[in-house]
Amino acid sequence: MADAAVRCLRDGRLDGEHAPALAVQGSLHCCPLAARAMLHLAAAVASNAAAGKAQARGLVVVAFDRSPEVYLDFMRRSGLDSNALGRCVRILDCYSDPLGWKQNIRSQSHQEDSGTPCSTNKDNITIFRSVKDVDKLLCSIIDLGRGFEGESKTYFSVAVDSISSMLRHASLQSISGLLSNLRSHDQISSILWLIHSDLHEPKFSRAFECLSTMVACVEPEGVDSVYGEDRMGNISFLEHNYSKAKFHVRLKRRNGRVKHLYEELRVEGYEVKFLSASSLSMEVNQSLLPKVQFNLELSEKERTDRANVVLPFEHQGKGEPIRIYDGRRSLPEAQQDPDLTKTALLDETKAPKSATAKGEIHYIRDSDDERPDSDEDPDDDLDI
Amino acid sequence: MEGYGGGGDLLSEAMCSGARVVVVEDCVDAPGAFVLHLLLKRALAGGGGGGAALLALAQPFSHYDRVLRKMGCNLSVHRKSERLHFFDLQSFPGGTSGGGIADSLAQLYNGVRRAVEANMAKESDGRFTVMIDDVSLLEVAANGSADDVLDFLHYCVTLTSEMNCSLVVLVHEDIYSSEDGVGLLLHLRYIADLVIRAAPLSTGLAADVHGQLSVVNKGMMLSEQRLAKGQKVWNFHFKVKENGTEFFYPGSRH
Repeated sequence: MADAAVRCLRDGRLDGEHAPALAVQGSLHCCPLAARAMLHLAAAVASNAAAGKAQARGLVVVAFDRSPEVYLDFMRRSGLDSNALGRCVRILDCYSDPLGWKQNIRSQSHQEDSGTPCSTNKDNITIFRSVKDVDKLLCSIIDLGRGFEGESKTYFSVAVDSISSMLRHASLQSISGLLSNLRSHDQISSILWLIHSDLHEPKFSRAFECLSTMVACVEPEGVDSVYGEDRMGNISFLEHNYSKAKFHVRLKRRNGRVKHLYEELRVEGYEVKFLSASSLSMEVNQSLLPKVQFNLELSEKERTDRANVVLPFEHQGKGEPIRIYDGRRSLPEAQQDPDLTKTALLDETKAPKSATAKGEIHYIRDSDDERPDSDEDPDDDLDI
Repeated sequence: MEGYGGGGDLLSEAMCSGARVVVVEDCVDAPGAFVLHLLLKRALAGGGGGGAALLALAQPFSHYDRVLRKMGCNLSVHRKSERLHFFDLQSFPGGTSGGGIADSLAQLYNGVRRAVEANMAKESDGRFTVMIDDVSLLEVAANGSADDVLDFLHYCVTLTSEMNCSLVVLVHEDIYSSEDGVGLLLHLRYIADLVIRAAPLSTGLAADVHGQLSVVNKGMMLSEQRLAKGQKVWNFHFKVKENGTEFFYPGSRH
């Protein structure tokens, strides 16, 4: 579930542990949707940071696949104003000039400004020019993250888009080294990355799954498409796949429990929507209810009658005080001491009444975005 | 239904104007070069002052000149007036043994960039088109190093997001159909906003239909026109003629 994943990213790391990491996996069949989901998640992390709700003070986006403007544009549309963007978002631009060709050309034509490996024209975009050097990339990310203002120790989140492009320039070992270094760095609160799973051998995406605490798979809704064996046949499937997809999330919890969540991802215009599986199954149930000729519904009277039926296991006191064995006294004792039993029983019958008159329940919810009846395990954080 | 003349009505309808990176896939049974010819003609046509850079690895200039002349577009004139920048890369990298292939590609990128900038300097509001015919041969020229080719293509893609420019690339799909999978083709499909795929007719050979064309509009650029269009996948038949191409829906012709 997107919300659950975003909550985990927002809450960040505990002292002495690795930062939570989310891997977003997409394939060619629904790659625009996976990229959208990534943009959405990054924007959600950034807006949490901007609102001060998150552990992180800001987000560093490492942009390989899309120009930084796309991120800024998307974040603006999702409600971040320019002030918040300037304060909480830094973009390491590995898109514009990944190998330094442009800079070489410029330095050949005029001799000046050749000594700036990371130049910026806007205050929150930094151009990075040697993507093959993974160590330098790590340093640049951390340097950018240190730039966020805050007291003493500031945390920040990192979004990498995408690992697949990085893998073209560096080896699997060095990239996974980079990610685990980032995760273990004590200022990084959370990290998320996008990987196109069908561009690599399966072992590559598994290796990155192992590094993550959460995996979000964007899978096509329909089965096959233009690129499959049935080439031209199912055009409508493809059309379908580009507007919605399945969004599977696997959360690894601290105590080792693994939770699977399933949602439907829809893109409508600029918006990315996540429909929960429960509402989906409701729709299915309603449509699956068989159409029969006789009436399956109960009338109002039938319903009240049914509610009044006393079932055999229910207490049938018929006006007398109900004797409930409370476990404190054994029965022979009670017979020996009739007075005591009487008072005890009286207490027993009175107590509930007084309780309803006096009692109050004070309940303060932990946080606003958590539903009171959510299926979150309250003891989940216990380390037993 | 009859669509030819201005570059094929169905094709231009299917191709959103917002598409920045267009990948044309073809195969031996159904060559897709005619799509390039149409797009090149469209890029140079009109008074908007659009220009084009053609990176030709497959054919010499005289070939394009003859084909386009039949279609009513004089490439020689355009070349003289510097609206068409023709890069003859048939002998690429041309024995520049000094540096590696990456350097040659960087030089080539520099040339393309200069052409785009020259066009921008003319203050024309037309769009510039960078066209590569074809990428498979570029990979051959790079001694099979797909990574270098992809780096070059990435730089060409950055041109499209920095300037008013689009990239059209032809690739032969069937030479990548082997098991290795992780080839240039998949990467190209990822970077494409629009995939045009030419294939032979699935029902077999026919006299008056040369093949089918499917257009997949998969871009995620957040542009308005694209969203208004709605339809993302198109499929229709084509017939290549001397002076143009006809596009029509299956079953709409007798």
